[in-house]
Formats: sequence, C-alpha cells, structure tokens
Amino acid sequence: MVDTAVRPTPAGRHAAPPRGRPGRRKEAIAGYVFLSPWLLGLFGITLLPMLYSLYLSFTDYDLLQDPEWVGLENYERMFTGDPQFWNSVGATLLFAITSVPLKLAVALGVALLLYRNRRGVGLYRSLYYVPSLLGGSVAIAIVWQTLFGGQGAINGLLAVFGIPGRAWIADPAFALGTLVILAAWQFGAPMVIFLAGLKQIPTEMFEAAALDGAGRIKQFWHVTLPLLSPVLFFNVVLETIAGFQGFTAAFVISGGTGGPADSTLLYTVYLYLRGFGDFQMGYASAMAWVFLIALGVITAFVFRSGSLWVHYADEGDR
Amino acid sequence: MATTTVAPVATSPAAPGPAGQKGRWYEGIAAHVVLIAILLVALYPIAYMFGTSFKSPQEILNNVNVFPRQFSPGNYVDGWNGIPGVTFGTFFLNSAVVAIGVVVGNALACSLAAFAFARLKFPLRGFWFAIMIGTLLLPHHVLIVPQYVLFNSLEWINTPLPLIVPKFLATEAFFVFLMVQFMRGIPRSLDEAAEIDGCGPYRRFFFVVLPLTKPALVTTAVFSFIWTWNDFFTQLVYLNDLDSYTVPIGLRLFLDSSGQAAIAPMFAMSVLSLVPVFLFFLVFQRLIVDGINTSGIKG
Repeated sequence: MVDTAVRPTPAGRHAAPPRGRPGRRKEAIAGYVFLSPWLLGLFGITLLPMLYSLYLSFTDYDLLQDPEWVGLENYERMFTGDPQFWNSVGATLLFAITSVPLKLAVALGVALLLYRNRRGVGLYRSLYYVPSLLGGSVAIAIVWQTLFGGQGAINGLLAVFGIPGRAWIADPAFALGTLVILAAWQFGAPMVIFLAGLKQIPTEMFEAAALDGAGRIKQFWHVTLPLLSPVLFFNVVLETIAGFQGFTAAFVISGGTGGPADSTLLYTVYLYLRGFGDFQMGYASAMAWVFLIALGVITAFVFRSGSLWVHYADEGDR
Repeated sequence: MATTTVAPVATSPAAPGPAGQKGRWYEGIAAHVVLIAILLVALYPIAYMFGTSFKSPQEILNNVNVFPRQFSPGNYVDGWNGIPGVTFGTFFLNSAVVAIGVVVGNALACSLAAFAFARLKFPLRGFWFAIMIGTLLLPHHVLIVPQYVLFNSLEWINTPLPLIVPKFLATEAFFVFLMVQFMRGIPRSLDEAAEIDGCGPYRRFFFVVLPLTKPALVTTAVFSFIWTWNDFFTQLVYLNDLDSYTVPIGLRLFLDSSGQAAIAPMFAMSVLSLVPVFLFFLVFQRLIVDGINTSGIKG
C-alpha cells in the first residue's frame, strides 16, 4: 500500500542532493503535524476509551459511585443468568440473516433490470436511491410504525385482496419482519454498487454464452453471477456489518423497549437500555466487548467464505 | 470457455444478449412496467408520509389513501409548537449547529490526515495507516459507553460538543480513507514542481493538493451532513435536555406523548425533518449516486 517507487534507495545516501537529509526530517515532522489531530483522536477518543471500557466490563458502575471491581461477574451473568441477552442475540442474528439476503436480492434484481441503457435509467437510479437516503431517519421509522400498525395502510391494502390484517408491529411473530422489510426497502445503495459492477462485465462474455446456446437464466448463473461475485462480496461485507448494528428503526418502532416480547430487542438496543436506560455501565461495557469480538469473528468468517465463491477476473479460467 | 465461432451471425437476434443488442420489442415495455411498479412500491411510504401530514387526526385513522380528503395544513403549525415551551425551531437550530460542526470538522481533520498518508513520508506511516483501516471496522456502539463516561466527566453532556469535537480529531476513518484514495490520484509531479519552487509540505497541502481535492471534500461534506442529520443513536445518548434536542430526538417526543392528537403534527414534522436531506439530494444527486459507485459509500 506504500508506494516504494519514490522512496530513496539506501545507495542514494551519498549521492543525495544537499537538501536530502534535512528535507526528509522536515517532511517526517510535517507528517506528524498533519497526523496529530488523527493521532489525538485515535488515542484520546478511541484506544484509551476502549481500554477503559475493558476495565469497566469487570466492574459495577452507575456513573455516580466509583467503579467496583466484580471480576467476571458481568460476563457470567450475561451468558448464564440473563435470558434477555440471549433474546437480543437471537433477534439480531435473525434480523441480519433475513434482511441482508433479502435486501441484496432486491438490489440485484433491480440492477439487472436497470443496467441496459434504457430511457430514463438515470432518473430510475436516483429515485430508487431515495429510500436509502431517508431510511435511517426517525421520520421513516415513525411512518413504518403507522403503516404496519393495526389501522395502517398495509392492512388497508391487504383488505382489498380480502386478506385479514393485524397489528403487525404489536405481534411478536411479525414485529421483526416489519424491520426486515424496512431494511430491504433501502436497497438503493447496494443496487448502485451492483450496477457499477454489471457495467464492468464485457459484453462479449454474454455474446459468447448466447452463441453457446445459454439462455437468460443460464447466462445469469454461469456468466453474470461469477463475474459479479467480487461486487456481491463487497456488498455482503458492508451489509452484514450494517445489519448487525441496526438500531434506530428497532428502537423507535418499539417505543424504546425492543418489544413486543423482546422480539425486536436488537443487540444494540439492549446495550443502550442497559447502559443508558438503567446506567449499568459495567454490564453494557461487557456487552460491547462481546459484540466487538463477535463482529470480528463474523467478519473474518465472511472473508474466509469469500475465498470459496468469489471469482476474480485475473485468476483466469485455469 | 469454449466458444463456437461457427454459428452464423444472422441467427443471433434470436439469442438475447443482456447487454448491447436489443431484445424483443415488448421486452423494453415490460421492463419499464416492472421498474415503475417497483418504484411505486418503493416511494409509497414517502408519498404516504407527505399526504398524511395534511390529514386531520381522525382522517389518519380511517383513510389509508395517500391523498387527504380534507386539507389540514394546520398540522404544521401545531407540530412546530407541539412541545410545551420549546418549538421545533430550537431543534432545527441545534441540528444545524451539530451538522455544520461535523461537516467542517470532517473536511478539515480528515484532509489533514489524508495528506500525511497519501503524500508525506515519515516513520511508521504504514503502521498508522493499517490502524486507520482497522478503525473503519470498529462499531461505534463499542465506544459509546467509555466515550459517554469521558464526555460526562468533561461536563459536555447536553451540549453539541460530544457530537462535534471527535470529528475535528478525524475519528471518521471512512472519510480519511476516501480522501487518501483521492489524493493518490493527483499527479505527484505537481507536488514535485511546487517543491522545486521552494514549497514546504504545508504550502503544498494548502495551495496544491487541497484545491485539487475539492470533489472528495464535497463528497465528504454532503455525506457528513446527511448522516449527521439522520443520526439518532449518538444524539439520543448525549442529549437529554429538551433545549439541547436535535430534530430526530425531538420527533420522538411525539411518540412518547401518547394520544391520537399528536399523530398528525408528528407526520408534519417528520416531513419537515427530511426537507434538508431532500434539498441536499436534489443539489448533489449526480455526485451522490455516482459517489456510491466509486467509493461504496452507504446511505
């Protein structure tokens, strides 16, 4: 990642122009001057606070009294004595496992429809992106709450087809589903990335496959998907990380409780409730560290799996 | 893959190629029908929000149509004054202060760090760069508890400081990375020419590289603004005092104050809360959609 081409070779030490050495020192100092805000942030706002939170995770701390060392008690309680914690783990996994593939499938489907140069492609692209732009806001969460409520528009729509409605967000069996739909609705960002990827595929690939007698569906599975796999991988990584961190919609729609019956108690919502609802800072810190480690493992797993199905063009056809 | 080049070109119109050549005449129309249908579904919630903001409270409950039967613009007045003692103007002002602070902080601090990574040679550069990439993957929920403790001890809670100050310390690694990538694309010969003319690293940054980084700076500014305007989590954590509330936190007040009367004004204020984001989108539409292509920025 560091461009070695410009770096002076050791052999050039003697041949260096007069300004060589002091110039390099000046540049090194300048480098750290430019980097100083970032370094201050790295240590002051990121690394030291992380270490402090590791310490807090072994304590009882409510902000008012000094932290009291309790050893592994927080972790023990989390894993063995807190059913709500496991509820939140389950809800988060279920949310990520359903919303990420659904969102990516919609994004890919629309991208496939859009990538031919049709009339109005630019306008479609922009309009399809609007939900991604607004989807994370409280306003949309409020709209969702009304749409999927007992007297909401979704039920009105279903009534047209004679399907009985229900208060979707008040039903533990369906509440998380409304959040999944909200997440999938924001398909615009991965769609635009898919579109860019599709544009990279040489047309000759499809022509060759068509000449071989491959139909649309065969072309999709044997040409489009393999050649698109690096972009698909990129989207899977981004969306997985985002999926595990969902907060706003779950918090707002459930009225800040993760209800009904903890069905929308995403991990981050539960962490917030422990830390800032009842000021159990030690317990919340322990949860944060478990989250960090779990996300690291999941990300590593996604990257590992990538070597099985991601096809890079420069690898050739072997 | 083995291709049979024997097939005569004349038969190829029957074999539909997804790109380039034209499909059958009705396929284009069918595609537009599907695209418009999906678009209607996708934009329905936004249209519903807009239409509902003009309905009376009773009508919201019994009219699921987008269009109001009776036009009630009074919802906007009620919503604006909806909270005893504090109007939505305060929330908008607070949001604007936070968003502008974040935009300035990100543009300034991230470009400084990016210049160091992209253009200067100093010991441990590779090491720090790797750490910067590592912080990209760090979920901010992990830092929220210790940062809260820190800002609480500084007595910054209920002020915009916890939301703004970190951005002046380039904690938004994503934008640092974006600008590093961009600056690497600027021809090095320009720097070298300036260097020969006697420009040190500082003047090179301000007079050569920074002006050429404008597209990346604008991208950073636009996304900083939109993300900050939509942000809920950090603002919820740091702002507990009604006077310090931003728009997203203010909106939630309507939800807490139960009773059907709050629904109509809530929709009106929801619409208003999205106006700045919409305006940014209209102005920078091309840049936003193209910017995602190249950088993978998320909405």
